[in-house]
Amino acid sequence: MSSTAKNFDEKARGEFARIGTTRVRRGELLRHPVYTRFLHWSVAIFFILSLLGGFAIYSPWLFHWITPLFGGGPTTRLLHPWFGLLFEFFFFFQFLNWVGPMAWREADRRWMKRLRQYAINEERYEAEDVGFFNAGQKLYFWAIVVSGILFLITGVLMWFDNLVGRWTVVVSYVIHDLAALLMLAGFIIHVYEGTAQQPGTFRSMIDGTVTESWAWTHHPAWYRSATESHKEAQKAQE
Amino acid sequence: MANPRTFQIQEISAHTGPVPGQGTRREEQVCKYIDVTTCIGCKACEVACVEWNDHPFRETTFNDTYQTMPTTEWNYYNLIKFAEDERDGNLMWLLRKDQCLHCEDPGCLRACPADGAIIKYENGIVDFQQENCIGCGYCISGCPFDIPKFHPTTKKVYKCTLCSDRVGQGLEPACVKACPTGCLKFGTKSDMVQIAGLRAKQLQEVSGFADAGVYDPPSIKGTHVIYVLHDIKQPERYGLPANPIIPPSYTYWKWLAKPTGLLLGLLGIGAVFFHRVFYGPKLPQPEPPELRTTPLDEIEADRKEQP
Repeated sequence: MSSTAKNFDEKARGEFARIGTTRVRRGELLRHPVYTRFLHWSVAIFFILSLLGGFAIYSPWLFHWITPLFGGGPTTRLLHPWFGLLFEFFFFFQFLNWVGPMAWREADRRWMKRLRQYAINEERYEAEDVGFFNAGQKLYFWAIVVSGILFLITGVLMWFDNLVGRWTVVVSYVIHDLAALLMLAGFIIHVYEGTAQQPGTFRSMIDGTVTESWAWTHHPAWYRSATESHKEAQKAQE
Repeated sequence: MANPRTFQIQEISAHTGPVPGQGTRREEQVCKYIDVTTCIGCKACEVACVEWNDHPFRETTFNDTYQTMPTTEWNYYNLIKFAEDERDGNLMWLLRKDQCLHCEDPGCLRACPADGAIIKYENGIVDFQQENCIGCGYCISGCPFDIPKFHPTTKKVYKCTLCSDRVGQGLEPACVKACPTGCLKFGTKSDMVQIAGLRAKQLQEVSGFADAGVYDPPSIKGTHVIYVLHDIKQPERYGLPANPIIPPSYTYWKWLAKPTGLLLGLLGIGAVFFHRVFYGPKLPQPEPPELRTTPLDEIEADRKEQP
């Protein structure tokens, strides 16, 4: 990541931390600062709006009941690309915000080998080399990056269909659908893992904090580094 | 609509000989015949179309031709295209009435994802039902002839209806009624194909157009608007594709892959639900884990990940 982008990201974090607050109580750790939460929910809102409108365009015979939410079929079609653009806009900043910790590492390769055990809850703890994000979260992040690029290119081509011609639209629409299916699969797993599957996770995106027990259970390496730096900071204050 | 065959007489009491009219069947497929060789480019059909469909005349652009406008539009279904061509070193004007061809296998209908936005009648007319149209514009890319046009205000797509409202009342389309030269005819598909074949033969034998023929492309199972062309070997000269096709993504992708993807999505929701039921949640553990064997440098590497 270029230093300009990094500087911008750090500045934005600072600004948002002044507007909003994250209260970290005893036994809790700061997981997501205000800026990250703002980006996550902005992306989420416009993703869901795009998804609902997209469903109605993907198969109206099944999802035509969604279109009244947006003011009818033609309005749904009209709004869908704008929702998509706003999704892309906010995700661009989330990309800058997270591209560092989302880098693929040796520990992630080992995590992928344990995917089956992870999926059937065989281990009570995550492996001790699991850092701020596990490999599953990183996969979802990079899937969104790939889908986001495909969405943007094919979406713009279909938006200006009178300029690009028939066959471009025909190919774009298939790629757009494939990208949507990829993201839908990740989205279903993401929502499930963040709510029903792992209690204590959802609050990290609302309040910004998690309990220490959550941290050592799901992200042991991050837990260690976070608590050590916390202790170091305390020492420095003393 | 009453089926005319319902009242076909089957038996007649005390009647000698066969039942009159038995075994005859009414041809239900309609067709418009366009003989480009006798079109004089008067544009009466354009005016009749605009009049009958009660469209306001639209603004147009002048691009150094005799064409009323560059292409057909959402409120201008019918346009005479003036192509300047050459024959034996002389100018030859190819005047073609551009409009929806009402394909037997309509690409627009194949492409349309909306329930009931495009219908095809038994008589072969392909008609848009704007109340069901969502304005996605897929039909535009599904059409090999660039016919459906988007209306920027209503956000819906329009095209020639073959005057289905007139045909339903036993009348010919408005353009056919207005044509002064008889280059437009309307009737059953078999009659029109026969007349077109005779006319093409006449052009070959009498008028010296050896390649004259009928444009009724088999790649889309024929059309319900057929052309007699001077040169059937080069329909591109008239702006017609030699081999019009419907994109495969509107056949295989739409009918096979799309429902499959949707089903997989729904299965995914079911899968995570039953995952919770089968395996339960991952709960935060009360005690920190005991350190195992991971080398320290790897932990150091991961430590840098935290934002």
